[in-house]
Amino acid sequence: MSLLQIKNLSVEFGSEKNPFRAVEGLDLSVDQGEIVGIVGESGSGKSVTMMAMMGLLEGQGRIVADELSFDGKNLLTISARERRKIVGKDIAMIFQDPMTSLNPSYTVGYQIMEVLKVHQGLRGAALKARALELMELVEIPAAKTRLEAYPHQLSGGMSQRVMIAVALACNPKLLIADEPTTALDVTIQAQIMDLLVNLQKERNMALLMITHDLAVIAEVAHRVAVMYAGQVAEEGTVPQLFRHPVHPYTQALLSSIPEHSKGARRLVTLPGIVPGQYDRPSGCLLSPRCPYVQERCRNERPGITAHEHGAVRCFYPLFEKKEAP
Amino acid sequence: MFFFILRRLGVLIPTFFGITLITFSLIRMIPGDPIEVMMGERSLDPVLHAAAMKRLGLDQPLYIQYFDYIGNLFQGNLGASLKTQQSVWSEFTTLFPATLELALCALVFATVCGLLAGVVAAIKRGSIFDHGVMGISLTGFSMPIFWWGLILIMLFSVQLGWTPVSGRLDLAFDVQPDTGFMLIDAWRAEMADPEYNAGAFKDAVMHLILPAIVLGTIPLAVIARMTRSSMLEVLREDYVRTARAKGLSPARVIFIHTLRNALIPVLTVIGLQVGTLMGGAVLTETIFSWPGIGKWLIDAIGRRDYPVVQNGILIVATLVILTNFIVDILYGIANPRIRHAK
Repeated sequence: MSLLQIKNLSVEFGSEKNPFRAVEGLDLSVDQGEIVGIVGESGSGKSVTMMAMMGLLEGQGRIVADELSFDGKNLLTISARERRKIVGKDIAMIFQDPMTSLNPSYTVGYQIMEVLKVHQGLRGAALKARALELMELVEIPAAKTRLEAYPHQLSGGMSQRVMIAVALACNPKLLIADEPTTALDVTIQAQIMDLLVNLQKERNMALLMITHDLAVIAEVAHRVAVMYAGQVAEEGTVPQLFRHPVHPYTQALLSSIPEHSKGARRLVTLPGIVPGQYDRPSGCLLSPRCPYVQERCRNERPGITAHEHGAVRCFYPLFEKKEAP
Repeated sequence: MFFFILRRLGVLIPTFFGITLITFSLIRMIPGDPIEVMMGERSLDPVLHAAAMKRLGLDQPLYIQYFDYIGNLFQGNLGASLKTQQSVWSEFTTLFPATLELALCALVFATVCGLLAGVVAAIKRGSIFDHGVMGISLTGFSMPIFWWGLILIMLFSVQLGWTPVSGRLDLAFDVQPDTGFMLIDAWRAEMADPEYNAGAFKDAVMHLILPAIVLGTIPLAVIARMTRSSMLEVLREDYVRTARAKGLSPARVIFIHTLRNALIPVLTVIGLQVGTLMGGAVLTETIFSWPGIGKWLIDAIGRRDYPVVQNGILIVATLVILTNFIVDILYGIANPRIRHAK
């Protein structure tokens, strides 16, 4: 059984009458010790999915799912109190902007120790020792003095390391990293990615990496799900999906990477933008932008279908490589 | 932190001079002088008048008077009341506890209720409670103090008879003004002579309730609105999301992670209310015949008692400035980013 199992998850915002579906019919599973990547443009529902699962939407979004379970526990039916025993302990999350994700009024040490106090009941010297251990684990130099530092005294890279220390405090089974390196310098990005991957291997925890950086996914992930407008467009193992994308969107996404389109003079782009609340097509969500669009695509919404190497949400998947018309 | 305090102190010096100049000029702009007011409608012998003015040093040109005034201030001499011949400082210290007691109770009332209302309104944003609190606080903010005071007296004192109309304590009690704080003095008197002074403390409380509510209404409204908007702002911060993602209880998320940061602007507003409280005390004390410095200053202005007006206002202004200064320091403590700024 998977560690995290999401089946047919939808998240809606706004009024009942005229809702905006940020996530629609999403399936996702993560096994223990696995690194799964979720890629997609801004607004494709990557973060909302994770927030919904963690219970961080605070009653703003309506969450519907056939299944939403973690480690055998049904996250849909458990009470908020029960959920808080899992969130922050067995599922931990780090965020995009580390500089604003730490509370400016408390020392770094306090913010690490807080989790240990709440979830593990540690007190006194043991608490302090464990916090120091975590600071060293995430390779923060001069860890002892940094425990007393306030977030504004740390750089972005250091702040993200602190966030990772907080996340790892209770040895989570699943770590969700929501664009963990987007706000950082390129050199620091590599350091943080290395740290995350090493820690993942060491602890055999599952890592769910949300990003729009395909290179990162190609490098570290085992499996990847490509999201478009709140749906998973395609899912598969990393080598398979990167070599033979079968969804038109995935194909377009990959050919927009400069390294992937050697020889071409201009990078391939899909015209148009992700549909918003008011211009959602009635058919396939990609149909207004898809170069291979057919009549059926405009009228019917495709479901996700499994194939040999993964799953794809398309009536006419590109099993044989075609040139865009 | 040391330089932070030093820098703040440096700003105070010009402020003090500004205050002396303003009070000195304003009181002299009002028609009439102390002697005329004292004599009232009786005919005034110009010779006697001139002699009296000379005796008080009021015949000198204004700039000489001002420099004399400043010179005396630097020697720590605040002058004496023209009416009672008592030193301004001793009159002030006798009356100030009454005002302080009233202002503190008003501030506690305003802060406790304001913070609570603001926090709940922010958490239940858009609810009936939220709209209710904000509507009431807007009304409270716009309420003229004297009118609000009279309405409350009419309702609670006259119609319902729950609270006394004016003063600090019923005449029937024998209470020595040891500390000047009626609540403490009444409590001690009741402890010392439980038979004769039975119920003195409760009586002091009942006297205090209405004035404290009247004086605290505007600060309450300001604090509630500020708390709400500040809370709403902070609730959207990334670190509040982090706190939730840590699996912390809602109470911890609200009070430890949100309110602490939301308090920073609220603290400044509370500090600024000290000025409002002093201003409001003048009206409140007049309505409730509360023997504090507000009433003292009003009477002094009526008498053109120059030393009392000038120096009384200077003392009050100094207190307001000092309070804001302390608030600034507290602000530095509450917000590490300011404390560390060089």
